[in-house]
Amino acid sequence: MRAFLALLRARNIEFFRDRSALAWSFLFPMLMIIGCAIAFSKPDPAVFRIGLHGDIAALQKREWLRPDYLEKISFDHLETAQQRVQHHQIDLLISIEGTASDGSRYWSNPESKRSQALLQLLGTPLATEFHAATLHGRPVRYVDWVMPGVLGMNMMFGALFGVGYVIVRYRQNGVLKRLQATPVKPLEFIAAQLVSRLWIVAGVNLTIFIACKFLLNLLVLGSLALMLLIFVAGALAMISLGLLIASRTASEEFAGGLLNLATWPMMFLSEVWFSLDNAPVWLQRAADLMPLTHVVKAARAVMIEGAGFNDISGHLLVLLITTVVCMAAAARLFRWHTVK
Amino acid sequence: MPFHIEVNHLCKQFGDIVAVDDVSFGIREGCCFGLLGPNGAGKTTTIEIIEGIKTPSSGVVLYRGQPRTPQFSQQAGIQFQSTALMDFLSVSEVLRLFGSLYRHTVPAAELTALCQLEEFLERPANKLSGGQKQRLLLALALINDPAIVFLDEPTTGLDPQARRNFWTLIDSIKAAGKTVVLTTHYMDEAEILCDELVIMDHGRIVDQGSPRALLDRHLPLKRVHVDWRGAQTPALTSGACERHNGELRIETASVEITLQELIALQVDLSTLRVHNPTLEDLFLKLTGHRLRE
Repeated sequence: MRAFLALLRARNIEFFRDRSALAWSFLFPMLMIIGCAIAFSKPDPAVFRIGLHGDIAALQKREWLRPDYLEKISFDHLETAQQRVQHHQIDLLISIEGTASDGSRYWSNPESKRSQALLQLLGTPLATEFHAATLHGRPVRYVDWVMPGVLGMNMMFGALFGVGYVIVRYRQNGVLKRLQATPVKPLEFIAAQLVSRLWIVAGVNLTIFIACKFLLNLLVLGSLALMLLIFVAGALAMISLGLLIASRTASEEFAGGLLNLATWPMMFLSEVWFSLDNAPVWLQRAADLMPLTHVVKAARAVMIEGAGFNDISGHLLVLLITTVVCMAAAARLFRWHTVK
Repeated sequence: MPFHIEVNHLCKQFGDIVAVDDVSFGIREGCCFGLLGPNGAGKTTTIEIIEGIKTPSSGVVLYRGQPRTPQFSQQAGIQFQSTALMDFLSVSEVLRLFGSLYRHTVPAAELTALCQLEEFLERPANKLSGGQKQRLLLALALINDPAIVFLDEPTTGLDPQARRNFWTLIDSIKAAGKTVVLTTHYMDEAEILCDELVIMDHGRIVDQGSPRALLDRHLPLKRVHVDWRGAQTPALTSGACERHNGELRIETASVEITLQELIALQVDLSTLRVHNPTLEDLFLKLTGHRLRE
């Protein structure tokens, strides 16, 4: 334990004295967020979007729903559709459930100007046939949607490259060999690297998250504690993966290749930038194997849907399993120096 | 008494290359043991197998008559040939880190004084001169008060003064009763520091013994040089005599008898030089090539 704490302390000191790396780990995500905020700040195109639920075929026969400036989107689940109204992602939701007259309802959002405009436009036919209801909620902008992805991605790079390159460099220049000559065990060494990186990555992410919350007026419906839990679980999984990648090689080029091989598919397939809802099922399944997918989905659910612990426990479980499997493999495969 | 370290039939192969080929020797407790040989002779591989850093292809290493246990790393101090240290840590922080890795350690002040680290304790460890870095690495090798210290070419790359300083340090380690295992390709270093030597070449042991015994065994004759203006080469009974560029070279087993003969011939002895064979000569004789080729 004393050895572990000494190694942990040494690694922490190194990180904070390496000013360039320290600055970069804050600067990079900030630049990404500001870039996103600027790029996606223009308003949505002026087309009304109406969600249809229940007996969609019957709804589509309505003459007043025909005009092509109305985009019709079908929903299987009422709850999902209602959430879209709350987040201003659709302007109106109409539902026919069963034959009873109280099964015919529509929802608008008084906080959405477009929802109100559409209500004016379709007011008469709607009021004669459907019961009115309202849903409240502020809009979910793209920046609100993309932010959990950016945070997750930043965590992924910080964890994988931060831990991977340090270990490979230490193996290459003989620091690990020097440690091998001491009574330190591989598990003690990699656990110290894990914990040192963990609090750095989770801390950096939490700081950026809180900064963005105020800077960009980020939508956060769920709890802050749950966000921290996701950051910790995600960082653990990513760092373990980094330790596994760096467990043997002494070549920074090869390690760099492996790290890119791990990070790039995650960056594109883990729903950081766009949703995979319309992607082929096999691609969605492949994305489910990636830890970043679970970090992003869990963070997004907490932030824009206000999900609780139970809603994201599946994602946390996957991250925990990833951590245990990668750490066990890393400790087993670990070499202090390359076998020549 | 069993040896402190005993090596039996050690072999190490890397693919097709045999780096260490059936090497056996014993190291007595408290002695300074030298592994001598040119670059690529297998010294470092042999010492790293003993240290437990590399595993042998075959053969055994015994510590105090027993196979080494994980305890061995608590009792051994190791200085590798080239080691980088953690970036951004100062000398005192590196010492504290390594100190925390052992159960029993030497007081920091004692170690700092022994290895003369006072003047650069707060300097980053990766910004030290060659001699300072070697002293720090030696301090790390001694931090756990080891019974046996391994030094792999500790003075390679140091200037002559730094090398001499380092020899003084090694002398004080020897004086503390520790066993020292040293690899080097410097003959003077081996002659000054080592009580026992193993001479290696191409992964094999060429010969072993104390420096004196090795020289007496292989190079019993000393060479006497003196200027000679006579027309003919004199015949001496004490040794073979040859003329070369205006001087006589006499290979003799007894310098005294040769001198008596030269005095009898009324030779001017003011230019007389006696060359004692060195380990360099020995190595040349045993292997047919020089150490630093």
